[in-house]
Formats: sequence, structure tokens, C-alpha cells
Amino acid sequence: MLLLLVSLAVFAPLISRYQPAAQNLADILRPSSANHWLGTDQLGRDLFTRLIYAARTDLRIMILAEILPFCTGIFLGMLAGYYGKWIDALVTLMTNTLIAFPFYLIVIVVAFASGAGERGIYITFALVGWIVFARVVKGLSASLRKQEWVASAKVLGLPDSRILLFHILPNVLPQAIVVLMTDMVGLLVAIVTLGYLGIGIAPPTPDWGTMISEGQTFIYSKWWLSTIPGFAVVYTGIALSLIGDGLADLWRRK
Amino acid sequence: MSDALQIKNITVNYGGFIALNQVNLQIDAHTTLGLVGESGSGKSTLAKVVAGLVTPDEGEVRFSEQVLRKRRTRMQHKAIQMVFQNPDASLNPKHTVRQILSEGLLFHHIVPRSQLMDRCRELLALVHLDEDALVRYPYAFSGGQRQRIAIARAISVEPNLLIADEPTSALDVSVQLSVLELLHRLKEKLNLTMLFISHDMGVINAVCDTVAVMRQGRIIEVSPKEQFFLHPKADYSYQLLSAVPRMPIFNR
Repeated sequence: MLLLLVSLAVFAPLISRYQPAAQNLADILRPSSANHWLGTDQLGRDLFTRLIYAARTDLRIMILAEILPFCTGIFLGMLAGYYGKWIDALVTLMTNTLIAFPFYLIVIVVAFASGAGERGIYITFALVGWIVFARVVKGLSASLRKQEWVASAKVLGLPDSRILLFHILPNVLPQAIVVLMTDMVGLLVAIVTLGYLGIGIAPPTPDWGTMISEGQTFIYSKWWLSTIPGFAVVYTGIALSLIGDGLADLWRRK
Repeated sequence: MSDALQIKNITVNYGGFIALNQVNLQIDAHTTLGLVGESGSGKSTLAKVVAGLVTPDEGEVRFSEQVLRKRRTRMQHKAIQMVFQNPDASLNPKHTVRQILSEGLLFHHIVPRSQLMDRCRELLALVHLDEDALVRYPYAFSGGQRQRIAIARAISVEPNLLIADEPTSALDVSVQLSVLELLHRLKEKLNLTMLFISHDMGVINAVCDTVAVMRQGRIIEVSPKEQFFLHPKADYSYQLLSAVPRMPIFNR
């Protein structure tokens, strides 16, 4: 499922002969046809083209915005779980403080500070996205550090950095990746929501959120304008969740 | 250099609970000391102090006439190895047996990289496991086999002192015997000094030269094995010995 979506997004320029922002005011709000598979929108732009280019935008932001929080979260979580004491207290204080602010509130504040668009999403997610990973990894590392194989590694004289990297990390990574899949769904919904609200991706860059928002005006007559991008979000969400579930099952069996 | 272990006035506090209280103990070079006592008497804590996993609040541990400080040297780490109680938890589930065995070999430069695989095979042979075990993960082995792998890892770095913390208590009786035989054979072959913890008097009788009895964080008796089993000095030792269950004999 995701592979299909990713290949559509990656090969968008090869698949579609239209430009996502190219307007054709003579040909607006058309239903599905041989020329325009999913019809056109209110500015005569090809909906299918915009849909797959939007997948490009949204998936790219989703993946890029997750990289830093994923790494930071695992790093801080492992330190907090493994060492405990003041490091744990500090990380817990940071997570509790940040978690007290609703995500969208932070996005709006950051959007005001740095301007709407991609940058706001990256900054916000770098600020708060790591929390979920840090919490999961912290719990896991705290239980792993009591395992006898960690004690054996210490008795061998291995330095903590090596124990964290070669012993703890491989054991927390699968769980973190499963969380990553679920978290990406949440992030995608957030990106789309922000686009919908007009503080995310700025038009004319195609984005599912702005597409839904723009199509809303025509919801009674041209229902597909909003429904199809909405379906794309659901499709991606299901695909990511299924991958997460599949990976979790696979690693549990091992 | 003598491989003797001296434990002097060790005290360990776990948040107000005194786990070890002024413990003094000596293990002569190349002998096996059996440490017995009920659960919670501080046996495992003492083992962890010697292994460097717990830093004592007071006292000092000396091995081969060197004081072991909180930060041990690489050589001091290498000299003292430990086999743990639970074979299910003592091997990293994400590492193959080859990774498990080679980690210490490489870290302590026991063999050059080119001879690594040969050395791993030798280690497996020492603990009676086939070399095809190298590519497998711990979950593919039984409890007894895992304990053998853990023993192979412990002896891989050629230690002088081996701590065995109830190495057989989680195993079936039939497997226990083979692991005990293995430990005994390795001890002879590698000329190890051993600290052997158990609450099983039969096991202690089989492997130890000297017996130390612990209770409530204190050592209450240290005697040669024969004397301990025939004429224990402390009343508590006598109670321990008489608490060993015996098979009931039915009169028909």
C-alpha cells in the first residue's frame, strides 16, 4: 500500500503530464474524464496531478520532520532509562513541561514566530516530537538495564557508550520503529490539518489539507474535490499503521 | 602474583537497608569458596561488589594484591568474570552466539581478529556445544545450553576469578549436574579461583573447598568443607544443613 503511494509520489512528474499548479480556467470543476482522471478543481488544475504531487509534499515533510525527533527521542530516552537519577529527572521534567502545551497551540505560536509553512512544522516537531519516543525508549531502557546481559557487559568492562549502542539500542529500536509508524500517522494528520487551517503548506504548493479546504466550497456539487484527498490521508494512515502492526508482530515472534 | 581475593569490612546500604554489614572474607588462590545463606542474606550483593557492579559504601576489595576501586582498569575487569543465575536473561536476545563470544575477545584483545572465529569455536567446544551454534540467537537454546554459552563468554577473556551466582538454580536437576561438572572441569583446567554462590547444600558439597555462611548481611561462619558438613560452628549453619529436604523413606 505504502509502496504504491511512495512510487506515485516519487515518480509524479513521470506519471502525470500536467503541472500541479498549472491553471486552465477554460476547464474548471470538470468531473472524471479520460484527460483528467479525477477531474479538475476550481482553477482548472488536474486533481490527480495535485493529489500525487501533494503526496510528495506531505510524505516528504512527514519523513523529514520525524528524523530529528526520532533520533533525539531515542538518545534522550536511552540516557534517561539507562542512567536514571538526575538525567531521568531532567528528561521527565522536559517531557512533562512540553506535553502540557497542546501540539496545535505550539504550531500556531511557532507559525507566528517563523512564518507559516514547512519550517513551522519542522521546528514544532523538533521541539515536541521526540517526547513520545523518549518515553517509550526510557521505559524500555530502564527495564533492560536491570537485565543480566547488561550486567555481564559491565563485568566484561565494556564502556557505557558501547553498552548503550550495541546492547540497549538494538533492543529498543524495534519498539521505537513501531511507535514511529503510529506517530507518522499523527504527524500526517497534523500536516493536513494545518494545511486545512491555512497555517501549514502555503498554496499553490499542493497539499492534501489545502485541497480539502479548497474543495469544501463545492462539497455539495463536486464532492470528490475534498473527498479524494481525504481518502488519500486515510489510505496513508492505514498503510503506516499496518506496517507498524506487521513489524510489531514480526519482532514479537522473534 | 597470587590470585587470592580479600574482602575487607565491606558495607553496602540500599537506601537505609543494610545489605552487607562489615563483611570480611578471603578466598585463597585457585580454590573454590561456596557462599551459602537464605534469600536476602546478601550473597548476590557480595558477588556484585566483587564483580564491580555495586560500589560498597565502606571497605575494600583486593584481588591479586591490588585494591579494586570504583573505576577498574581493563586488566582488573578482565580478571574477574561472573556467571549469572538466570540463563534466560544473561544473553542479549539480539546478539548471535558469535557476537556474544567475540565481544570480550575483541575488547580485551585476547586474540587478533583473524583468529576470532577459531577462538569462538574452541570456546564452544570447551562447553560442549557444536560450532553451528555460532550463527544462532539465544532463544534457539535450552536453559542449560544458554548457561553454557554464558560460561563460555565468562571464560573467553581468560579470567583469574570466576563468580558463579547460583548458576544451576534455574536449571533442571539433570542439566544441573552437567553444568556443575563443566564448571569443575574448567576450574581445574584454567586454574581459576572461584566464588560459588548457592543455596543448594548438595551443590556446595560437590564443588567447594571452603564454605562461608551468610545471614542478614553478615558472614557468620567460614570453614573448610569437611568441617562445615560434619561439625558446623554456627547454630544457623546447623539449621541450614538440617533444613535440606531428604527423600522420605516409607516402611512397607
